[in-house]
Formats: sequence, structure tokens, C-alpha cells
Amino acid sequence: MKRNSFKTLAVLILTSACLLFLQSCKPKTAQSAATGDASKSYVAPGKYDEFYNIVSGGFNGQVAVYGIPSGRLFRIIPVFSQAAESGYGFSEETKPMLNTSHGFVPWDDQHHIALSQTKGEHDGRWAFANGNNTPRLARIDLTTFRTSEILEIPNSAGNHASPFITENSEYIVAATRFSVPLDDQNGDVPINTYKQNFKGSISFVSVNPTSGEMNISFQIRTPGVNFDLSRAGKGKSHGWFFFSCYNSEKANTLLEVNASQKDKDFVMAVNWKKAEEYLKAGKAKKQSVRYAHNVYDENTHTATSTIKTEVLVLDPADCPDMLYLIPCPKSPHGTDVDPTGEYIVASGKLAASIPVFSFTKLQKAIADKAFDGEYDGIPVIKYEAALHGEVAKPGLGPLHTEFDGKGNAYTSMFVSSEVVKWSISDLKVLDRVPTYYSIGHLSIPGGPTAKPHGKYLIAYNKITKDRYLPTGPELTQSAQLYDISGDKMKLILDFPTTGEPHYAEAIPASLLMNKQRKIYKIEENTHPYVAKGEGQSKVERKGNQVHVWMTAIRSHLTPDNIEGIKVGDEVYFHVTNLEQDWDVPHGFAIKGANTAEILIMPGETQTLKWVAEKTGIVPFYCTDFCSALHQEMQGYLRVSPAGSNVPLLFSTGTNKPAVTATDTTKK
Amino acid sequence: MKKILGTAIVLSAFLFFSCNDAPEETNETTTAETETILGGGQSAVKDDESAKDVVKIAVGSADHSTLVAALKQADLVNSLSNAGPFTVFAPTNAAFDKVPKETLDDLMKDKNKSQLQDILQYHVYVGSLKIEMMEDGQTFNQVNGGNITITKKDGKVMVNNSATVITSIPASNGIIHVIDGVLLPPANK
Repeated sequence: MKRNSFKTLAVLILTSACLLFLQSCKPKTAQSAATGDASKSYVAPGKYDEFYNIVSGGFNGQVAVYGIPSGRLFRIIPVFSQAAESGYGFSEETKPMLNTSHGFVPWDDQHHIALSQTKGEHDGRWAFANGNNTPRLARIDLTTFRTSEILEIPNSAGNHASPFITENSEYIVAATRFSVPLDDQNGDVPINTYKQNFKGSISFVSVNPTSGEMNISFQIRTPGVNFDLSRAGKGKSHGWFFFSCYNSEKANTLLEVNASQKDKDFVMAVNWKKAEEYLKAGKAKKQSVRYAHNVYDENTHTATSTIKTEVLVLDPADCPDMLYLIPCPKSPHGTDVDPTGEYIVASGKLAASIPVFSFTKLQKAIADKAFDGEYDGIPVIKYEAALHGEVAKPGLGPLHTEFDGKGNAYTSMFVSSEVVKWSISDLKVLDRVPTYYSIGHLSIPGGPTAKPHGKYLIAYNKITKDRYLPTGPELTQSAQLYDISGDKMKLILDFPTTGEPHYAEAIPASLLMNKQRKIYKIEENTHPYVAKGEGQSKVERKGNQVHVWMTAIRSHLTPDNIEGIKVGDEVYFHVTNLEQDWDVPHGFAIKGANTAEILIMPGETQTLKWVAEKTGIVPFYCTDFCSALHQEMQGYLRVSPAGSNVPLLFSTGTNKPAVTATDTTKK
Repeated sequence: MKKILGTAIVLSAFLFFSCNDAPEETNETTTAETETILGGGQSAVKDDESAKDVVKIAVGSADHSTLVAALKQADLVNSLSNAGPFTVFAPTNAAFDKVPKETLDDLMKDKNKSQLQDILQYHVYVGSLKIEMMEDGQTFNQVNGGNITITKKDGKVMVNNSATVITSIPASNGIIHVIDGVLLPPANK
């Protein structure tokens, strides 16, 4: 009894001490405001984030998915780069995804994201991503968060101004960063003949409203400028597209100096409804090209790559009133359209002000022919005629602008490392916050749509330096989350990102989370090498190719003993995951594979090719911790010399160890 | 038994102690954090290993104390510690001495900060321009929006025909061309 009361007392003292400790150590409001408001970004265990943040991966060629406001990383979606983690780009089924007219290209530089829209709002169907290096566009299915399609872009050399999207996902665009001699021209020309021989190109890629499949509807041949970024018009400006152009000097060397000679470059306004009319009227010319179109089939679980050989090209010389140029100060980078579609914000990255153009004034200028001459035959609108006004002294190095839907714009400033909030109507700067450091893109959930969710803003920075625990010369990229619901922007979270994020979009979780695919139905699997049950597992030889119809289910592989493989054989392990249970993938790896492992989702079949190089016993196993007996999920392959007469045998559970003479004696 | 109680008292004393101490500690941490998180910016990054950026070179030069003071007053230190690249035309102290003292003093007042920024930004180009990249008659559009004109004669480089490049110092984020005069932005950019 006494003993117990002492214990109780001790516990009481401890408890009260802890309570006091907790109380007195609670952060003060002012302090928390200065150092980030953790409560605003805190998502308690078991709770969900409000938004999915679909973030470009830059030089890792992938797309990453984060939660907002927590900043938690959920997934890295393999898109343009092979992923050893899942076998994407290594498995026989996914290799065709990375096929191009240049052959297999297992890497790209992924810069921008566009989420599909209906009536100017996110519809949560697809995310589009650009490959900047070997020009490509990808479509990611937002029910699987997997890459469904990759389309190569011909007549392009760096798909940078891409994949921006129209308000009903009619088109995504792909404009070339580098102008080059077009694909059907002899490109073997002196580089300093740039002005004669180099041309730009903009592709309008249609999106099938049901399947999402992309097709190059038409291309527009343009002067040989560099295209940087773009946005579709929306609302009143629907039917138009706006592209920022730099290097209107057409310099072919030392652009650092030579592409900054003119006081103004251009925003190119494209009337794509007009382009459609010209297309219908047969004004487009067929051009012979080569480009790959790769589509992944969810039933065969296999991608096919088709080389296409023709595009339709509209030449502005044959198509008046289709293109206009708006002068824009100093190498414009971002060109962003506000939620109403009336204002086009062009950020000259070397300019001292941000020009904001008015769509209404642009239309009037076109009607009045308020032109300032031509550039390569394209009318140049008088700057003032299209100008709504300039944001004076906004900061240094304006790059990109997003909108909150409340009449405010937010521009990232690379040189002065800050986000500047300003009013679209009167162009007054309202607030500025520092970023850490050297911000590139920024994202507001729904920011590029007609109805932004003006609650958060995420800054994606290029320089991290001392923000996190340092990791040698190579550092993560930093992102900062700001609460923009009030008048003043407030920093609430600082989180590291993967790859090198450029642009990102964010979409309400409610649009995606309830339609996620959990499994692939095994009965719908039409893979040519599927084994829909262990009874269908088998091994067959065709010359020096051996095909293994293998199944995986907790906790064994069938077959798990394979003999009769000979040196020089190419063995194809077609592994079907028989599970029909969410979040139970199996993996497959074999010793000496010079590719990767493969991860197989429930109901799916994936194939790893492996070449037998020397005699011996080769182990294979499941790599994904699938069950309590995951470690038992393994098998053996016997490799015999070429010409050996060991027969092809396979089994699971029957081929038990032979009893040896020594064992018999002991018994 | 006594042991349990003893441990409890020691523990609670420790907890009380640390709690009482906590506000002070928190304050210190907050101040330090405020410095690195909010006040510091890129110029405050501790790094003695990397090559010096344009700001660090200017700070280390006895001939540029006036320029450095002006950059600080104009809140340009962090911007110029950025990745750039920048070409900074850096007037020496002697160059600033040619400006009437009252004018200079006036510019250093808070109310004239934007004017000071305008002048200093007129000394900066985004891009790294080596002398050999400059051509006679070439113009460059500076950060403030105004243009400078380069004249190049007999290897001598002048800016706006008013300031001569004395020497050039490469920096980690660009280049500094030391000049013997202060550049005045044209009234009409």
C-alpha cells in the first residue's frame, strides 16, 4: 500500500513536471511567426494533405508527388528516365516507352507540368510533362500515377515551352527552345548561317477527350527565335496561346551577351482557332519527319512504340492573322495568363519592370492595325497598344507569375530571391517575402486555371546552400511553402525536394484520392506471357531463348527450381503477380542481372531479361517485403554448359533435396 | 522505494530547471534562427572554401568601402551574392570622392534609397562580361533598365566615356571591373 502511494506520488510529480515543461516550452506566437508556423503545415499522423503537388523532376527526368501543406514526398513517378526501383525502362514491357527516333533514350530533362482541364478547371484526369532534351511529351494517368504515353516531337530541338494546356484540354503545346534546320532539311550547314537556315516550330498536340491519347494535330513554322514558356488563353482569350520568345537577335554564339542586345524581344500570340481554320482549309503542308509515339496498354501491361513519319505544317506566310508579336522587354521567361484570361504577364528576366498586356487591347490593336512593322513577315504590335501597364521596380530578375483568384499576382524574382505579390488591376506591389534562395518557379494550387485555390504558394528554389544539414558539394533543392490566405504572405514550411523541380501544379486531393486504382484485375490481364494461376506457370525453350511463365504470390515464386538453362541462353522471366490485394507488389531480382529488378503490381505481368553467362547455380528472389515469409520467397536457376544434355525442368515444392549416402549412414 | 522517489525528484527538478531555462534558450535559438532564416539571406551563408563572390571581393577591398556601404544601404548585398552571373562596374573610393559630398550623403539617406538603388543597379549587368567580350560602341542594358555604352581604344575600355576600367577581377558569380568614375543613369532610360 505504502509502496504504491509512493509510486503514485512519484508519478504525479513526474507528470506535473512534464506538464509544466510542456507548457513553458510552448512556442510563443510571435516567435513561431518568425520561424514558420508549424501548425499550419502540420498534417497529423493518419490525416491527409489538402493538395497533391505534382512536381517536375528536372534533371532526374521524373515527376514527383508531394502533399501540401505537409511537404511529404509520396512518390517519384518514372517518366523519361529509367528507374531501377521499379524496373521502368528496364523491363521488356516498359523499354518501348523510352524509344525515340534516336533509338532508346533512357533520360530526359523534365521541366513543366500541365494538369488536364475542363472548362478552365482541373478535372483530375491526366498530368502532362515535357522532356526538354530529346523533345518529348508524356502523359501520366492520375488514377495510377504511372506514365501512359510518350510522344516525341519532330522539328524541335529542346521541348521547353511545353506542355501548357488549353482550358478544355483541346491541345497541349510543344515549342522548341532551340531553333534548328527543320528535320526534312539538310542540317549540315555552317552554324553561322543561323539566320538563313534555322527555324522555330510550335506543335499543337491534341488530347483525345476520352482516352487522353496525344497526337500532333499540326505544327506552325516560326522565325528562328528561342521559345521559352507559354500559356493558353482562357475565358475571353480562349482560342489564343501566348509564347515568350528570346534571342530575337538570332545569335548563334555567346547568347549571354548576344541574345541581350535588343531592348525588347517578343511574346508571340497565336490564334489557334484561326490555325484550325487554315488546317481545315487545307493550308497545311505535309512534311516528312520521324518521331516515336509510345503507348502503354493497361491490359497487356505492355508498351508499344510506333515510328510516325508525317506532320502537317502551317507556314505563317500562307496563314495571315494567325501569329502576332508583342514586344516585351529583355528576354522574357514566364508568360502567364490571369484567371480571367484578360491579362498576360510577361516576365523579362533581365527587365526592370513587368509588363502586363491586355487581351482586349491586343484585339483592338489587331483590329486597328496598330503595328510597329514586321519581324520575319509577322506583324509586331505596338508595345503601348497592347499594354495594360507595367509593374514598376517589382524586384530583380522576374521569372514566373501565378495567381490567387482574388485579383493578385505573385511573381518569382530569381536575382533578389523573393516572391512579390502585386495587384493586377493597379499594378501596385502589395507584399514581398524572401525565399531561400534564388527562386525559379512557383506554384499556387489551381494557379494556372480559371479558379485558383489561393491558400498556399510553393516556391521552388535553385540554391539551397545552408538551408539544411549539408551533404557535401551536392545539395537537395529547397522548397518553401507560404500561407497566402491573408494580406501578407507567411512562410510556414521549408522542405527539401528531389531532382531539380522547375514548374509544378497542385490539385485538390478530393479530385484524385477517391479514384485511385488499387489493383489490376487478373482476369483482364491479356499479357502474352501471363500465368493466371500457378497451374499456368511453365518454362519453354525457343532456340537460345527461354521463356519462364512465373507467378508470385505470398510467399513463393512458381517455378522456384529451374534447370536446363545453358550458357548463352537469354532467359525471359515473365512474372505475374497473382495477388488481388492493394499495396502488395512483388519484386523479382536475379543475381548478375545487368539491368535492374522489376516490381510487379497486383494482377500485373512484367518481364526481366537475363542472360546466362557462366555455369553454376543462380539465386533469384522477391525484392519487395511482401509478407512475413518474404525472406523465404526465393528460388534457384541451374546453368549448365552450352551443349549440356541437362533437360529443361521446373518445379515448385516437388523437387526436394536428394538424400545423400552420408545422411543415410547417420540415420 | 527511496530510489524511485529520488529519481522522480531529480527528474522533475531537472525538468523544472530546463523548463525555467527554456524561455531564454528558446529566445536565443529564435534570434539565431531569425538571423539565418529571415535576416541573413545568401550573403550570410558561412563558406570560406568557395571562391569569393562579387560582394565578398568588394568587402575585402580597401578601395571599395564607399561602394560596399552604398550596397548595404541599398539592400543589394543579398542580390549580388546570388548565382548571378553579374558584371559589376565597381567605382573606387576615389571615384566616389569625385561626387560632391552632400550628394553622396543625401543618397545614403533612407528616403533616397530608391535613387541609390537606381544608381547602383546601373553599375550591374546580368551576365559575365569579360573585357575581351566587349566591343567598341557596344551597349549593355543594366539591371536598372538603363543602357551603358562601351568605348574601346588601344586596349583601354571606358564606360559612357566617363569611367575607365582600371582592372578586372573574376569572381565566383561573375566579374568586377574596377572603374575610376561613378556612372550616372541617363534620365530617360
